[in-house]
Amino acid sequence: MTHRALFLLPLALCLAGCQRETQVEKANREGIMLIGNSSEPKALDLHLVTGVIESKLIGAMFEGLVADDPEKDDGLPPGAAVSWEHNDTLTGWTFHLQPDGRWSDGAPVTAHDFVFSYHRMLHPDLAAPYVEMVYPLKNAEDYNKNRRGKILLTAGAVPNTSWDDMKDVGFGPDAKVDLAPLGESPKWPDLTDDAQRKLFVTAKGLDALPAEALEWILADPAGRYSWPVGTFMAKAKALLTTMAGKASDDLFELAGVGATAVDDYTLQLELREPVPYLPSLVRHYTWFPVPRHVVLKHGKISDRFTPWSLYPNIVGNGPFKLKTWLFHDVIEVDRNPHYWNAANVGLNGIRFLPIENPYTETRAFLSGQLHTTYQLPSDLIKEVRETTPEYLRQEPYVGTTFIRINTTRPVLSDTRVRQALALAIDRQQLCDYIMEGYTPATSLTPKMGSYEPDKVLSFDPEKARALLAEAGYPDGSGFPRFSLLISKPAARASAEAIQAMWKQNLNVLIDIQNKDWGSYISAQQSLDFDMASAGWIGDYLDPTTFLTMWTEGNGNNNTGWHSDRYEELLSGAALEADPAKRLESLRQAERLMMDEYPILPMSWYSRNYLLRPEVKGWHPLLLDNHPYSAIRLEP
Amino acid sequence: MSTPVPVEKGSSLWRDAALRLRKNHAAMPSLVIVALIMLACLVLPSIPGLLADPNVQDLPNKNMSPGSGHWFGTDHLGRDILSRVLFGGRISIAVGLITTFVSVTIGVCWGALAGYIGGRTDALMMRIVDILYALPFLIVVILLGKTIEPFTGKLTEWTVDLFAGSGSTTAKVNDTRTWVEPITTLVPLFIAIGTLSWLTVSRIVRAQVQSVSRMDFVEAARSLGLGHLRILTRHILPNSIGPIIVYTALTIPGVMLFEAVLSFLGLGVKPPNSSWGILIEEGSNRMLSNPWLLLFPSVFFSLTLFSLNFLGDGLRDALDPKSSKD
Amino acid sequence: MFRTLISRFLQGLLVLFVLFTVTFFLIKALPYGPFQTEKAIPDHIREKIESYYGLNESIGTQYTRQLGNLLKGDPGVSLRLEGRPVIEIISQAFPNSLQLGIVAMAVAIVIGIPLGVLAAWKKNSSLDYASMAIAMIGICIPSFVIGPLLAENFGRRLEWLPVMGWSPLSPASWVLPAITLGLGTAAYLSRLTRAGMLETLSQDFVRTARAKGVGSMSILTRHCLRGGLIPAVAYIGPAFASIISGSVVIESIFVVPGLGLHFIKAIEVGDAPVILGIVMLYGTLIIIANFATDLLGLWLNPRLRSSN
Repeated sequence: MTHRALFLLPLALCLAGCQRETQVEKANREGIMLIGNSSEPKALDLHLVTGVIESKLIGAMFEGLVADDPEKDDGLPPGAAVSWEHNDTLTGWTFHLQPDGRWSDGAPVTAHDFVFSYHRMLHPDLAAPYVEMVYPLKNAEDYNKNRRGKILLTAGAVPNTSWDDMKDVGFGPDAKVDLAPLGESPKWPDLTDDAQRKLFVTAKGLDALPAEALEWILADPAGRYSWPVGTFMAKAKALLTTMAGKASDDLFELAGVGATAVDDYTLQLELREPVPYLPSLVRHYTWFPVPRHVVLKHGKISDRFTPWSLYPNIVGNGPFKLKTWLFHDVIEVDRNPHYWNAANVGLNGIRFLPIENPYTETRAFLSGQLHTTYQLPSDLIKEVRETTPEYLRQEPYVGTTFIRINTTRPVLSDTRVRQALALAIDRQQLCDYIMEGYTPATSLTPKMGSYEPDKVLSFDPEKARALLAEAGYPDGSGFPRFSLLISKPAARASAEAIQAMWKQNLNVLIDIQNKDWGSYISAQQSLDFDMASAGWIGDYLDPTTFLTMWTEGNGNNNTGWHSDRYEELLSGAALEADPAKRLESLRQAERLMMDEYPILPMSWYSRNYLLRPEVKGWHPLLLDNHPYSAIRLEP
Repeated sequence: MSTPVPVEKGSSLWRDAALRLRKNHAAMPSLVIVALIMLACLVLPSIPGLLADPNVQDLPNKNMSPGSGHWFGTDHLGRDILSRVLFGGRISIAVGLITTFVSVTIGVCWGALAGYIGGRTDALMMRIVDILYALPFLIVVILLGKTIEPFTGKLTEWTVDLFAGSGSTTAKVNDTRTWVEPITTLVPLFIAIGTLSWLTVSRIVRAQVQSVSRMDFVEAARSLGLGHLRILTRHILPNSIGPIIVYTALTIPGVMLFEAVLSFLGLGVKPPNSSWGILIEEGSNRMLSNPWLLLFPSVFFSLTLFSLNFLGDGLRDALDPKSSKD
Repeated sequence: MFRTLISRFLQGLLVLFVLFTVTFFLIKALPYGPFQTEKAIPDHIREKIESYYGLNESIGTQYTRQLGNLLKGDPGVSLRLEGRPVIEIISQAFPNSLQLGIVAMAVAIVIGIPLGVLAAWKKNSSLDYASMAIAMIGICIPSFVIGPLLAENFGRRLEWLPVMGWSPLSPASWVLPAITLGLGTAAYLSRLTRAGMLETLSQDFVRTARAKGVGSMSILTRHCLRGGLIPAVAYIGPAFASIISGSVVIESIFVVPGLGLHFIKAIEVGDAPVILGIVMLYGTLIIIANFATDLLGLWLNPRLRSSN
């Protein structure tokens, strides 16, 4: 071993030392961009992922109806669609597809691919985690939630019976019925007597029953299922017969989901409510097409995981196609010659490097191994600014850091207490000294387009102390010892600063509770925490991306706070076709929520990262979705 | 340095050892350094007005170079590094000594028994060690944290009551709490590290005991009809003491750094309090722009460990039953 | 010998079984699951996904299913890197970890053992202190400090070696991660070697040999090295197993696509199939390594043989 090592070392040193050209220089020559992409993607099947990491990769290999503009946030250049128009109520949209749009295997991209894609995304059995993004499509939610009875009745598939006749019937599961006596995950064929069967059907509800169960009820509808008073048994029988007959059918067509292919190159989208920002929304990957012919070659439409999205099977309609995929090592894409705008694509390929450690990533960049980094740790900003300022980028980004408060905890349920905590934080100091480049938040939603929320938050220790005293804790005395939950090491500094500010301004002592990532998430989702430091990144440029999550029962709310008035304002805005009035409703809703302080916004994100000057066509963008087709390397 | 070797009080062996230790060129200075550092960490922070409050922040004056106001400079939140190093030292030294003691004690007993008894018992005991080696430690720590955490609050209250006495003034209770709490919150950590880091010790001790117990003088002791316990404690362990002491001294830095890792999982010291491990971890991220953030805690940490190791070597020499013949 | 082999093999199987069982239940006791993500998945969707992967079944059913799959040689698919076979993940990552581990172990042995022998031979001399001081560096400066320091100086400043990245065929990319990983082990090895050597050097037979006028080098190599290496060898076994099954710190600093990062990420989300797959692999390595060190111990210490 000794001999081998001695022999290899000088060789190794020479190999590296004699090679004058850095990786970036070599890549410049080859027209390949080297991008730090933080982490390994969960998958490349755009129906199965929810993350930002994945969006970068999907953005290189797929393209939505509308593309991203390299320079302007509100620019809407044509993507898979050449042009589009909408009706007066903003609920009907027609997209005209590129006549020479091609998948990377040469097959044409048609409107049927889009319809197939929305069909697959919404298919109840696929269970796409980010499906709510396409709920604006008409009837999409009913289809995805598998409301079979409603779909059949509304479509007129049940003879002589309408939805109005039956809408009070128990189609959904009855949470009050305990299924425990039937054992663990009971199946219909395993049930032995009618008492068990009755319990089963009552608990599951009609929508979830297999054909045999529906037929069993049909034999004695009145005795075997509880119908609302006044239900005609004839209609009930008709309903049961139809449901049983179609129990294993895919109801996509019957549901009338608002996506239709008028012809191969015309896609018609019907929405359940006016969505003035639809062109911006369809730039999100949940609205991208998947190749029908490839997906179906590797499995059924509803198969959750098939090899279609792996190398070498994956086929996209974007400017690049997958070339290599090694876990935690590299994902490489190269030119898609069939891309409709291939002539104007400036890069020959991109290498995405999943570098988890931001310090390593920065070091790699500074030694010429990357064209751009995913992030720049705030500890290093000062050094980079002094030594190589030409690389430093600090750009606004639609995201907010905030402290989530569990409003179901005693004391924290008092709005005055929450407001006092909010007012005692000096956000300017946090942004100046800890979260460098970030802007102090004055509300939840950062300014986007013509939307600007009221400035609610400020630093006012006097008022904070007064409010705390009013709530019964003058000078913090008797205030319970709450804890602030954090997870990532990077969150520690700001948590310690906030802890010190509360101590100094309110004389209140808060513990900092550090937890591993999984426990941190689950503690919030089960409301088993006092306060937690958190963040949210917008998916598209509309305030709803920040506001809809604070409704009752939303999985991302996790504060225990909700308000009927707030939800009224949101649904009012959703039905409003006039963009200005709509934003005004949203502004009021945000004001209402902020005045009750279920969360304490801290700062608005800044994208701090490094970029080499030879990368052209890369401009600051609020959503940080840089269209790779527009990028050129000009050393 | 605590070693699990029983030594009879007032025996000349013990006095000889002390004498030999005193003549050791490396061990004596080491002893002095360790004593000085411990004394500094223990005493200096208790003198009122001498040091800055380790948790008081001064954001505009963050990352200041060492100077007259702050001898060791300030950290990323403008806190005085000198006092953070000394306060952190208390925690690190406590963690290092207590958890090492726990883990070495378990490891020595386990390894010595397995090595001495041998046969099936040995196989069983060593297979248990194999299993524990391969268990996903991180999951164990997460679960341990979740299980024990609710009890640390109670433990704190109970300990505070014990020291302050029930019915004492709020001020006194708060006073007691300030020093009791940092220690009681560490109990889960002591348990986690102590119970999971004895595996390698046990394997080393077992190997050593196996080797020693086949030596002629042990055979002789056996033929004299000495009891097993006596042979083990009086003859075998003292002759295996070298590697035990060395490994003990090696375990201390490991657990001190490990404390920092566990702190990010919620088991170690709670912010804003600190420890050498956390200071080194925080400093390592800023070592290019502000090297002193890493330098000062590292110097204290390394000096302590260098000294403990040389002290360990000296102690080994001094306790070596055969070294008197040298 | 053959009987020992069979017996250890059966013991190994038992260890793996217990290990699997304990690990499985530990994972299930975690307060979170793989589909409890930061961006919450709607309940009706999450239930669907969980039933797709059988996570809604009772723990007992899941246990038997997973154990059955494992016995069939298929540990299943990952839930974090959704749908990717655990076998594929391990077979991509393990060769890298193995390669890095072997090089690092070589570094550790080449540095650690000679230093320890030297220090013991010249006990309490300045040579002893100097070599032990070097050894201590590997312990006192943790790898998350040494790694970036090496990368910064030899990578970025001097441009001798790449600051990150791993290529199985380019030795230049091995050097820094292997040194960083090996230094800590080297420190333990040299300290333990010194201690073991001192124990042996003070044994009667060595004194006798010395008294007979046997040369120093010969005493060292022929008489002492064997016995002196016993503690170091007991340490090497498990250390080697742990080093080749991946180190998340090194992998993160130098972007080595090894097992460590997969393991940590899998634990972070409670990805049971991947955790179990890697734990089983690690367990097997531990069993083999400990068996090998026991054998090595027998060879180093002939007196043990008679009784076994």
